[in-house]
Amino acid sequence: MSTTAIPELGYMLLAVGLILVVASVTGYVLKRKFSPDGGNDAIENLNARIRAWWAMVALLGIAFLAGKTGVVVLFALLSFAALREFATLTNTTRADHRVLLAAFFVVLPVQYYLVWAERYGIYSIFIPVYAFLFLPILAVLRGDVDDFLVRIAETQWGLMICVFCASHVPALLSLDIPGYDGRNILLIVFLIFVVQMSDVLQYVCGKLLGRHRIAPRLSPSKTVEGFVGGVASATLIGALLSWMTPFSMLEAGLLAFAIALMGFFGGLVMSAIKRDRGVKDWGYLIEGHGGFIDRLDSVVFAAPIFFHLVRFWWSTS
Amino acid sequence: MRLVVRRFAAGFVAALIGFLARLITAVRGVRHSDEAYTEPCVFYANHASHGDFILIWTVLPPGLRAETRPVAGADYWQASRLRRFIGVDAFRSLLIARNGEHADIDPITAMAEALDQGSSLIVFPEGTRNTTEDRLLPLKSGIFHLAEARPDVDFVPVWISNLNRVLPKGEFLPVPLLCVVRFGAALRLDPGESKAAFLERARDRLLALADEDEPVCNRGTEQS
Repeated sequence: MSTTAIPELGYMLLAVGLILVVASVTGYVLKRKFSPDGGNDAIENLNARIRAWWAMVALLGIAFLAGKTGVVVLFALLSFAALREFATLTNTTRADHRVLLAAFFVVLPVQYYLVWAERYGIYSIFIPVYAFLFLPILAVLRGDVDDFLVRIAETQWGLMICVFCASHVPALLSLDIPGYDGRNILLIVFLIFVVQMSDVLQYVCGKLLGRHRIAPRLSPSKTVEGFVGGVASATLIGALLSWMTPFSMLEAGLLAFAIALMGFFGGLVMSAIKRDRGVKDWGYLIEGHGGFIDRLDSVVFAAPIFFHLVRFWWSTS
Repeated sequence: MRLVVRRFAAGFVAALIGFLARLITAVRGVRHSDEAYTEPCVFYANHASHGDFILIWTVLPPGLRAETRPVAGADYWQASRLRRFIGVDAFRSLLIARNGEHADIDPITAMAEALDQGSSLIVFPEGTRNTTEDRLLPLKSGIFHLAEARPDVDFVPVWISNLNRVLPKGEFLPVPLLCVVRFGAALRLDPGESKAAFLERARDRLLALADEDEPVCNRGTEQS
C-alpha cells in the first residue's frame, strides 16, 4: 500500500500542523503574558501538552508514511506501553508472572501479527476466546488461589482494553471498501482526529461554559456543557470531513457522533479505574498528559465500534 | 590491548543493560528532598530483585554513575565468567565475602577504602533479597559499622518500587511494569548513637519513602 498517492493525507497533516502552530503561538503568548517565570501551572501544563502533541503527530505522520507495517508497529508499541501502565496498577502477584509474560510477549505480538496479516476471522476472537481461556489455565497451574478472580479479570481486561481494542485502529486498514482502495489510512486519520478534537473541545467547552458536573465522583472537570459542546462539535467536524471518507456527509456525522460518544464514556470508565486505584494519571511518560492510557482511553473505546460499524455497512470482506 | 577491548565491551554491556532496564520499566528517579548530599556517599536501598542495583545505577546522573559501585556478594558474582564480566567489569561491583569467617570485618574496610578513593556505593542492608510479604526486612549491622568507620559520609535512603514484581526471585524473564526509584534525605551517624538506634533510624527513613506514594509515582493525589 502506498500512502504517498493520497493527497487527503497531506492536507490533513498540513491542517493539523497549522492547528498546532496556532496552539503553540497562543501558548507562547500566554506564557509571556501570564507566566514568564513558569509560575502558572495551567499555562505550563498547556505548553507541555502542546509540545507532546507535536511529538505524537510527528510519530503518527511517520507511521502513516511507512504504510501498513508502520501503523501496525506503532500501535503494537502503544499497546505495550499502555498494557505496562495497566499491569502496574493491578493486584497481580508472583504467581501471575508467567501469565503476564504470556500477555506481553505472546498475546500482544500475535494479535498484532494477525492484524498485520489481515486475518479477521482469528484476530477478532484471539484475545476474547483464546487468551481469556488459556491465561487462567496458566495461572491456575501455579496454585495460588488468593484473589484469583480479581487477578485474572484484571489481566484479561488489561488485554482487552490495551491490546484488543487498540489493535482495531490498524485493523481499519484491512477493510475492503469498494471504490476506496488504498485509502483506508484516512479512516484512521478520521477516527483519531474526531476523537481527539472531541476530547479537546469537551475540555474547552467545559472551561468556558461548564456549570453542571456530569460525574462529580469521577471527574470534577467533566461537565454537561462540556460533554454536549464537545460531542456536538466533534459530530460537526466529522460531517465536514466526509470528503476524505467513503461516507456521505450525514453518515460521516453519525459515525463521528458514535465515535465521540464512545470516546467520552471510555474516558469516564478509565477515570473510574484510576479513582479505584487511587492514582491521578496512568503513568508519567507523556509530558503534560500523564501516561499512554490517559491519551488513548477514548480512542480505544471508539476504535472497535467504529471498525464494526464500517465493516458491517461498507466493507465487502 | 585485550584490556582495552574488555573495558570497552564492559562499558557497552553496562550501557546496554541500562537501556534494556529502561525499556522494560521506564524507570524514573525522583528526589524527595532538596537537600544536597555530599559525594562520595552510600546509597542504601531495599532489595527485592537482582535488577535493583541496575535501576539505581541507571537513574543516577552520568557523572555520579561513573563513580558509583554496587556492593555485592562475591559468591554470586564470582560463580561464572559471564557473571564476573557483568558484575566486576561492567558495573565495577565491590565484591565482598558474605559467608566467610571474617565477613563482618573485611567488607567494612573494603567499603571504607572505596569511599576514600572517591567512589560512591550502593548497598542493600537487608543482606538478602526480600521475598517475604513484609516491605522491609530488619537491616543488618553492616551500614552501622560503615557509618562508624566513616562518620562524615552521607547515607542516602533509596526506595525501589515495583521491581520485585518485574523480576521476582527465581524468575528469569522480566515482566514490563513501571518502576520508580526514590531518593530521600541523607542521614549520618550521630555522635554516641547506638547501633540499634542508627539502624532503626535508617530503616524508618527508607520506609517513609515507601509510604509516600505506592505503587507508582502519583498515588493518592487529587484527580484533575
